[in-house]
Amino acid sequence: MILGLESWVLARPEIFLAAATGLLLIYGVVRGEVATPFVSVVTSLVLLVTAVLLFMPYREGTAFASLFIVDRLTTTMKALVLVGSAIAILMSRAYFERVKAWRFEYPLLVALATLGMMLMISANDLMSLYVGLELQSLALYVIAAFQRDSVRSTEAGVKYFVLGSVASGMLLFGASLIYGFCGGTAFVQISRALLDGRGAEIGTTIGLVFVVAGLAFKVSAVPFHMWTPDVYEGAPTPVTALFAVAPKIAAMSLLVSVLMGPFKPLFGQWQQIIVVASVLSMALGAFAALRQQNIKRLMAYSSIGNVGYVLLGLASGSVKGIEAVVFYLAIYLVMTLGVFATILMMKRRDVMLENVSDLAGLARSQPMMAFAMLIFMFSLAGIPPLAGFWGKLYIFIAAVEANLYIPAVLGVLASVVASYYYLRIVKVMYFDEPAEALDRPVFGINRAVALAAAFLVAVFSLVPQPLSLIAAAAAKGLFS
Amino acid sequence: MSSWPILSLITFLPLVGALFCLVVNGPKEAVDRNCRSVALLTSLVTFLISILLWVRFDPTKAGFQFEENLAWVPALNIGYHVGIDGISLFFVLLATLLTPICILASWESVKVRVKEYMVAFLVLETFMVGMFCALDLALFYIFFEGVLIPMFLIIGVWGGKRRVYAAFKFFLYTLLGSVLMLLAIIAIYWHVGTTDLPTAMEKLDLPFTWQCWLWLAFFASFSVKVPMWPVHTWLPDAHVEAPTAGSVILAGVLLKMGGYGFLRYSIPLMPEATQYFAPLVFGLSIVAVIYTSLVALVQEDMKKLIAYSSVAHMGFVTIGAFVMNMQGVQGSIFQMLSHGIVSAALFLCVGVVYDRMHTREIAAYGGLVHRMPRYAFTFLFFTLASVGLPGLSGFVGEFLVLLGAFKANTWVAFLAATGLILGAAYALWLYRKIVFGELTKDSLKGILDMNKREIAVFLPLVLLTLWMGIHPNSFLDPMAPAVDKLIGDYQAALKLARTAALVP
Repeated sequence: MILGLESWVLARPEIFLAAATGLLLIYGVVRGEVATPFVSVVTSLVLLVTAVLLFMPYREGTAFASLFIVDRLTTTMKALVLVGSAIAILMSRAYFERVKAWRFEYPLLVALATLGMMLMISANDLMSLYVGLELQSLALYVIAAFQRDSVRSTEAGVKYFVLGSVASGMLLFGASLIYGFCGGTAFVQISRALLDGRGAEIGTTIGLVFVVAGLAFKVSAVPFHMWTPDVYEGAPTPVTALFAVAPKIAAMSLLVSVLMGPFKPLFGQWQQIIVVASVLSMALGAFAALRQQNIKRLMAYSSIGNVGYVLLGLASGSVKGIEAVVFYLAIYLVMTLGVFATILMMKRRDVMLENVSDLAGLARSQPMMAFAMLIFMFSLAGIPPLAGFWGKLYIFIAAVEANLYIPAVLGVLASVVASYYYLRIVKVMYFDEPAEALDRPVFGINRAVALAAAFLVAVFSLVPQPLSLIAAAAAKGLFS
Repeated sequence: MSSWPILSLITFLPLVGALFCLVVNGPKEAVDRNCRSVALLTSLVTFLISILLWVRFDPTKAGFQFEENLAWVPALNIGYHVGIDGISLFFVLLATLLTPICILASWESVKVRVKEYMVAFLVLETFMVGMFCALDLALFYIFFEGVLIPMFLIIGVWGGKRRVYAAFKFFLYTLLGSVLMLLAIIAIYWHVGTTDLPTAMEKLDLPFTWQCWLWLAFFASFSVKVPMWPVHTWLPDAHVEAPTAGSVILAGVLLKMGGYGFLRYSIPLMPEATQYFAPLVFGLSIVAVIYTSLVALVQEDMKKLIAYSSVAHMGFVTIGAFVMNMQGVQGSIFQMLSHGIVSAALFLCVGVVYDRMHTREIAAYGGLVHRMPRYAFTFLFFTLASVGLPGLSGFVGEFLVLLGAFKANTWVAFLAATGLILGAAYALWLYRKIVFGELTKDSLKGILDMNKREIAVFLPLVLLTLWMGIHPNSFLDPMAPAVDKLIGDYQAALKLARTAALVP
């Protein structure tokens, strides 16, 4: 057998996920709508089991003729993505039931998207990269428009699809250029071609620029961020929560492994691009969010800003920088899920609310929820001692060590501007007179997620060490 | 020295009280009552333990005492390293003293969301004490910035009419300065490989241009905190809008964080840049002393007047810190302590009448002496302490600073001394307008004098002001070795730099 047993063992989480999704799909089709609650819970479980499978037993290596790679970095990133997706599915039930769009296809599409993300993260060849990316994107296009009778949701889906296709096209075009100049699509081939000078030509650089542009679209870095606010605002809220975490982390991981892997020899070339994208993202994320009234739109800009910080870590191109990326993304995952869980609890007389002003006086009507949100907001603003501060500290340490002083200064200044709108939410909750009180949250999954996330943020604030060890191990994987 | 971690105990005990307050539940009155008592009790116990610090402090040693050093984030080489020397000892005490006083002062004036208020104050105390104890740059930064969160809430939730504006201005102003300091701390970390302060002091050997950049970054943060002219504008707003206890903590402790930062970080870590930039500091301080005193003369709001006087008094502090001789630095620290008590007491004085009349306009008062003799005495006492009457605490600090400044630069001393005259002018003018004169306003005719609780608030401050004024040596002696070492290290570093410059 060309594909030895080892390959199957290495890819067993993905294979398990694919098989389980297929079976659940069949089950759903046979049983129809009644199967939805069962399918959704089982899908979440499947995703979590997949995450466990990543580590039990932990193996490293390449599989399927080097199309697929497993190391500490990919495993850590996959674990983050899987947890993010699983929780996003759990969070969505109440919302979709209310809008009467609770169908069994939804969790399965999320699972398929997650499968795509896992393939992306593990890609070791431009071909497998593209296949993983498309699997992910196509599933996400559909769920953006999942609330079919809502114009905004449909619009978001279409917009995401059209712009996403352009990005995919760019990426594909870049990949073909690279293939032409380097003589191969496997990352090892590209790396070898660049190292012995065959591939170090202008064509490769142009190809790289296109690939980076395509990936920058997926992580919504400026100037490829245009879709983000519209899609975040239009998509159903649980879908937005998913968008804000899983695909971001996956695409960022892909960006890291592509740039730090085969294209490491072109560091000087891509560093400039990443620095510019990073600084612009930080600035736009900070300034554009200042006037947003819709909290989902605000979170869209916030995520653009956060991507800017992560990119700054990547731009430093060092072990520390990659550590910073992993560390930041893990904390970002927790904070973002917490914020969206809180947003999903915002309803008054059973109508979902999305405006910042609807939170007015929350501290008095629902102190716990307001307090959790307070923690998330100060953490997102990067105010010590909260966990978000450690993430930013990591990023800036990496940037200063890589002599990226100016971007670092611009970054901290942007964080001051950004802290304004996070503070504004605190202000609305704590300083403003209470508006008509929001509905008391029934004890549900969203409440549990919000409180758990707040608790985790608090824990990471005081004990960042375990997370930094995980990040260090992951980063080392890339450099070994 | 001590077998149990006394500094950590002082730092985190208030947090325990805060957690306790958080879990209190029940009918509103009971919760309010319990939270008040818990907060007062916790802060009093904290204060008593901190007295123990002073008792067991060895005043002959220059180095850090009560040190605790634990690895916190070994991945980044950040440690939980705390310890105090003669400089920080009294700031810790100042923080632990003012917190129970603040809680007592807001006993009746804070009626809404008492639980949250007490939690915010206790958390604030943890951050303040931690900041003065921290001997690790990252730890210091965390406490330094962490202060913003409870203070933001205290101003924003329990403040006056324009509280939202003031809270945001306070937060963003301070944050903007601080983030630059964060980068400087990272740069130091990068040079030394650790954020441990004693190690950094030993090993850090930066080229001059680097020192200048880092010094400016630290300056950006500390000068906002002090605050120095022209970045003082957040202070009057924050003071005016904050509740009384918020103003007290703000003036009493938070402003000291800037001056303390200069002495603990800027001067020892970047001695050459300190010398290079000292004239800049002098210039800005003199402008602060004269200009803000003049501005204080035309204020119509009592709190704003005292806020501007704070800026002027802190001008003395920065002058003293940067003349870098024994008198100057000791005077600077003493002035901070004295100002911490006196201006805190003045804000409390304003609070007393504000609680009764709900206005801070100077024009709304007059002739209070007829109705409130005890209040008139207290207010006069602290006004004179603020002016610098010999025998009270304000005199010692200002005198030492001027003495030190005179040694270093006559003009600086001369111009700063004019501030004393202006200070007397606005403080006495304020006092005359409010307390003296005929009691003509009908609204004031029924005003009551201070009650027992208010007397209990002021009494420790009065005694302390007298003690500091009459026997300043009980404060100056413990800090002398540390200040001596600070100046000695500074001179040695400058000498080393000069000899290095001579060698081609």
